[in-house]
Amino acid sequence: MGRYLTTLRVFWIASLTAELEYQANFLIELVATAGNLLGSIFVLSLFYGRGQSLGGWSWEGALVVLGVYTLLEGVTSTLLQPNLSTIVAHVRTGSLDFVLLKPIDSQFWLSARTFSPWGLPGIALGAALIGYAAWKAGASPAPLTLLAAALMLIASLLILYSLWFVLAASSIWFVKIWNATEVLRSVLVAGRFPVSAFPAGLRAFFTFVVPVAFLTTVPAEAILGRATGPWLLAGGTVAAGSLVVSRWFWRFALGFYTSASS
Amino acid sequence: MRRPLRQRLAHGRRIAAVLLSSQYAYMLEYRAEIVLWALSGVLPFIMLGLWSAVDAGGGLGMGPLQLARYFLAAFVVRQFTIVWVMYTFEEDNLNGRLSPYLLQPLPLVWRYVAAHLSEQVTRLPFVALLVGLFFLLYPAAFWWPSLSSLLLGMLATLAAFALRFLMQFTLTMVCFWSEKASALERLLYLPYLYLSGLVAPLALYPEGVRNVAFWTPFPYMIDVPARILAGETVPVGQSFAAMAAWAALFLPINLLLWRRGLRHYSAMGA
Repeated sequence: MGRYLTTLRVFWIASLTAELEYQANFLIELVATAGNLLGSIFVLSLFYGRGQSLGGWSWEGALVVLGVYTLLEGVTSTLLQPNLSTIVAHVRTGSLDFVLLKPIDSQFWLSARTFSPWGLPGIALGAALIGYAAWKAGASPAPLTLLAAALMLIASLLILYSLWFVLAASSIWFVKIWNATEVLRSVLVAGRFPVSAFPAGLRAFFTFVVPVAFLTTVPAEAILGRATGPWLLAGGTVAAGSLVVSRWFWRFALGFYTSASS
Repeated sequence: MRRPLRQRLAHGRRIAAVLLSSQYAYMLEYRAEIVLWALSGVLPFIMLGLWSAVDAGGGLGMGPLQLARYFLAAFVVRQFTIVWVMYTFEEDNLNGRLSPYLLQPLPLVWRYVAAHLSEQVTRLPFVALLVGLFFLLYPAAFWWPSLSSLLLGMLATLAAFALRFLMQFTLTMVCFWSEKASALERLLYLPYLYLSGLVAPLALYPEGVRNVAFWTPFPYMIDVPARILAGETVPVGQSFAAMAAWAALFLPINLLLWRRGLRHYSAMGA
């Protein structure tokens, strides 16, 4: 465990040094993230401005959902996208051989090798929005609520990671799968809104097929102190299950890896 | 020594045919990727789900069928106005492919235009399939635009594509000075996403926002063509005039930056 933490620190300091060569990008990312957030709030206001609500959620509740989404987007561009997008290149050029030979778990290496600071504005803005909206909605920071919220946020991060990893790992068979993560990203946009705002068919799709509900709606419920036992249990189970599946899938996929040009 | 016009036209036609057919063959190789790109344009359908659930309460001023047709048309228009020249150009520049291209006696921009058009043709069957699937799931929404609105809608989509290409290509010129210029496209994409009508028909925007939006080039890229295709009444002449005005604004800037950029260009690694 200690070895992994040391490695992680070395990895991230190295990639941070490299990324800070492009400091102007930080400003662009900050403006882009803030602009995107403002645009999303504007879209929400289109619904609420005419006195309607999204699936029975209050305006502040919907803002918490949006905050969780912004936070997840930030994590995606900080960790998931920069790391997992390289798997396909490793497979194509055969440099996955070197990764597999390293005396460290290959899934860990592929998932944590780089760290891109450009998603940090998203994480900060998302957290700020969650805090503000939860306070406005009158959520009490009781220890039990905080615990449930933290657990559900961790669960949602694990589910998101597993979805990305399984898609990225399929590039062992289909080298051109990379665009599939774009499809995933575009479907996850639905997570900007409470899942109960969708018609029944889509709601089922976003709960059971692509678990968008567990990514943003369930954590938001927990933050607002409305989490019920069954949902907490379901969130935890889906998270644990998807992590196990991603682990198993990687072992399975590696069995088919034959290196480049063979 | 200028050749007669007819000869030049024939020459141009031959070049266009060769460019388009070779790019089409190239794009067909990547059809699986293009299908995935097409699938990643599902945003209008997600928004349709939200808006139709809200509409169940009534009071939107737009019926459910009208909403469904608008968002389906917006999906189709979006599919044929996607522009990615900035990313290709940046990659060509960084990998040093730009130098041999520049040596050819053909303005570079036509290579990218041909690539975009062939990619759209590759997309066409798949988009048709998705539209068919949509009608299968939602037969009540079926409609076929009249010949005149179909032709006009196609023309507006083509004009929207041309304008968006011109705007992005103008921004692309920054690649001559910076290695990570494509980050700028994120900034251009923001107003496009929220003002073009991808997330909601502009008719549902508050009046103040709508009026401002129509002073920008963005609503003409999705909302106007989509409404024409959906058979709604649109101030056609005014819209085309606005698109032409924006193009007239960007074209000289683009040409100027291109000349300046070429003078600055020294090939990667030099």
